[in-house]
Amino acid sequence: MIGLPHFLLLAGILFSIAVAGIFLNRKNVILLLMCIELMLLAVNFNFVAFSRWLGDLDGQVFVFFILTVAAAESAIGLAILVVLFRERRSINVENLDTMRG
Amino acid sequence: MMQNVLLTIALAPLAAAIIAGLGGRWIGRVGAHSVTILGVAVSFVLSAWVLKGQLLDGAPAFEGAVYTWLVSDGIRMQVGFLVDHLTALMMVVVTFVSLMVHVYTIGYMHDDDGYTRFFAYISLFTFAMLMLVMSNNFLQLFFGWEAVGLVSYLLIGFWYTRPSAIFANLKAFLVNRVGDFGFLLGIAGIVHFTGSLDYGRAFHLAPQIAQQSFTLFEGQSWNAMSVICICLFIGAMGKSAQVPLHVWLPDSMEGPTPISALIHAATMVTAGIFMVARMSPLFELSQTALSFVLVIGATTALFMGFLGIVNNDIKRVVAYSTLSQLGYMTVALGASAYGAGIFHLMTHAFFKALLFLGAGSVIIAMHHEQDMRRMGGLRKYLPVTYWTTLLGALALIGFPGFSGFFSKDALIEAVAESRVPGHAYAAFCVTAGVFITALYTFRMIFMTFHGEERMDAHTREHLHESPWVVTLPLVLLAIPSVVVGWFTVGPVLFHGYFDGAIVVRPEHDVLGEIGREYTTPLAFTAHAFTSLPLYLAAAGVALAWLLYLRRPDLPARLRTALAPVYRVLDNKYWFDWVNENVIAAGSRAVGRLFWRVGDEFLIDGALVNGSARTVGWLAAVTRHVQSGYLYHYAFAMIIGLSALLAWLLWRT
Repeated sequence: MIGLPHFLLLAGILFSIAVAGIFLNRKNVILLLMCIELMLLAVNFNFVAFSRWLGDLDGQVFVFFILTVAAAESAIGLAILVVLFRERRSINVENLDTMRG
Repeated sequence: MMQNVLLTIALAPLAAAIIAGLGGRWIGRVGAHSVTILGVAVSFVLSAWVLKGQLLDGAPAFEGAVYTWLVSDGIRMQVGFLVDHLTALMMVVVTFVSLMVHVYTIGYMHDDDGYTRFFAYISLFTFAMLMLVMSNNFLQLFFGWEAVGLVSYLLIGFWYTRPSAIFANLKAFLVNRVGDFGFLLGIAGIVHFTGSLDYGRAFHLAPQIAQQSFTLFEGQSWNAMSVICICLFIGAMGKSAQVPLHVWLPDSMEGPTPISALIHAATMVTAGIFMVARMSPLFELSQTALSFVLVIGATTALFMGFLGIVNNDIKRVVAYSTLSQLGYMTVALGASAYGAGIFHLMTHAFFKALLFLGAGSVIIAMHHEQDMRRMGGLRKYLPVTYWTTLLGALALIGFPGFSGFFSKDALIEAVAESRVPGHAYAAFCVTAGVFITALYTFRMIFMTFHGEERMDAHTREHLHESPWVVTLPLVLLAIPSVVVGWFTVGPVLFHGYFDGAIVVRPEHDVLGEIGREYTTPLAFTAHAFTSLPLYLAAAGVALAWLLYLRRPDLPARLRTALAPVYRVLDNKYWFDWVNENVIAAGSRAVGRLFWRVGDEFLIDGALVNGSARTVGWLAAVTRHVQSGYLYHYAFAMIIGLSALLAWLLWRT
C-alpha cells in the first residue's frame, strides 16, 4: 500500500536532486531554471499528498497557483536568458559574477 | 563736579585716539596730531588742576564709583576713581610726559606712513595708563594693566614689516603674560578673601587676611598675605621688567623712539612700581613679600646696569639704564620706602624721557643710525640736544642738586636704614649701582657727543640740529629734570604728602627715620658730600672719561683681558638663551610630544582613524562572501532555511 510517507519521500528526493543540481551545475543557467522548476514540483507533490491525506482541497488549489507562477517565472526567466545571451554570448554561470564584492 | 573733571581727564585721550585712529584718513596728518595733542593737553591741564587742588587747597581725596558694569555673586564690577595724592602725582607725570612725546612725535615720525596711526596709539596709551592709575578697584586696574600692555605690543611692532620688531613685540607680549598670570592669581586671592574688588575693602580687611593661611598642597601652608603679595608682585615684575621677566624691555627698543621714551621708560614700565605702592597696606603686612621685592629689585638694579656698559646701541644703553633704575624703585618698595620709590619714579620719568628723546634726536640727525661706534663729536652739530641730554645724564647719575640726585640719594639712604631680610645685599647693589650708572651714562655721552667723529662723510654733511618740535620737548623736559627734585623732595618724601595714600608700619618707617634729620634741600645736598654714592658717581664719570676720551684704546684691551666677563655680559647672562632654548624649546618639545603621541597617535590614530580602519577591514573581509555566483547565494539560502527549520523543529 502506497501511503503518505512514500509521497513525502519522493518529494524530498526530488527536492534534494534539485538542490544538488543547483550546486553542482557550474555551466548552464537553463539547468538552474530547470532545477528551480523541479523544486517547485517537489513542493507541489507535498501539497497534493497532504491534501489527500487531510481531505482538504485547499492544497490542490494552491498547486494550481504555484504551477501558474512557475509557468510565468519560466517564461520571464527564459526571456532574460535570451537577452543575457545576446549581451554576453554566453550562458555560463561561471562568467556571471558581475555582482562579486 | 570732581567726577566730571576726572572723567574728562580719562576720556579726552580716548576720544582723541578714536578720532585719529578711525578718522585719520579724513582729518589728515595735521588733524590727527592736533586732535590728539589737544586731548592730552586737556588731560594734562585738568590733572595739574586736580593736583594743585589737593596740594595747595587741601581738597580731599576723591573716591567713588562712576558706573557699575555688572554684579555677579555679590562681587560688584565697577568703573571708579580713587584720586588721592599718589594718583594725582602719577596723573600729572603721565600726562606731562605724554604731551611732550606727542609734540616730539610730530618731528620724529615726520616721514612715516603710519603717522596718524601712531598718534592714535599713543593717545590710546595715555587713556589706558590714566585708567590704571586712577582706578579704585582691581578690575579696572587689571583693565588698564592689560590695555597698556596691548598698546605697548602695538607700538613695539609699529614697523610691522620688520621681522625683528614682530619678534620683539611678541616677546614683550608673552613675557608680560607670565607676569599677568601671577597678577591675576593675586587679584583672585584678594577676591577670595574679601569677596570684593574694591581697594578700600581689601585694605580694610588686610589685617584679617594676614592672619589666615593658605594651603595649596597637602601639608604645606603659607601666609595668605604673602601669597597674594608675591603673586601681585610677579605681575609687577612683568610690567616693570624685573629679573627674570626683564628680557622684553631691551628688545622693545625696536619700536619708534618716542614710544621708547613714553612707554618703555617713563610711564608704562612704572605701572608695577605704582601698583606696589598703591598696595602698600597689603605689602606692609608681609615681611616675606617685602624681602622678595627687595632682592629682586636689587638684582635688577645692579646686574642690568652692567649690561649697559657693553652695549653699543644708543637706545639699548638707555634701555638697560631704565631696567637698572626700575630696579632702584623696586628696592625702595621692598625697603618700605614707597614714597622714595614713587619720587624716583617721577624724577626718572622726566630725565629718562629726556634721555630717550635726546637719543631719538641723535638718531634723526644720524639718519636712523643707532650704533654709537659710528657717532662721536656730535656736540657741535647738535647743541640743544647735547646740552639737554647732558642735563638728563647728570640727573640720572645723581649730580648734586639735580632731580635724580634727591630721589636716588634718599632711596639709597632708605635702603641703608631698612631691616628687611636681604637689606645688606640690597644696600650693596644700589650703592655699587651708582658707580655703574655713572660709567655707562657717561660712556654714552662721550661716545656720542665727544671724541673723534666716526661717522661717514655723507652723514656728516647732513648733520644738523632737529626741528623745534623735537627740541622744544627736550627743553621742557630738561627743566623738571633739573629742578623738580629741589622743590619736591621735602614735601613729597618727608612732609607727609603720601599720608593716607601709602601706609607704612612704624617698624618699617625708614623714610621717617631719614626725615628726622632732614631740614632743607640745601642741607640734604650738603650731606651728600659726606657720603659714598656721590664719590662713586664721580669715579664712574672719571672712569668713563679715561676709557672713552683719554685712552680710547683701553676698552678693547680690557675686553680681551676680561674675556670671560665680557662674554657673560655680551650674552646678557644668557637669559635669552635660556628662554629660547630651555623654556620655549622645552614647551615646544612637550607640545610636540602631546601632539605626536596624544593627538596624532592616540586620538587621530587609535580612535578616529582606528575605528574607521577597523570597519574598513571588516568590510574587506566580508566582501569576499559576495562571490557574485548565483549558486553560492542559493546555497546560503538553503542552508539558512534548513537551519531555521531545524531550529523550529528541535527547539522544544
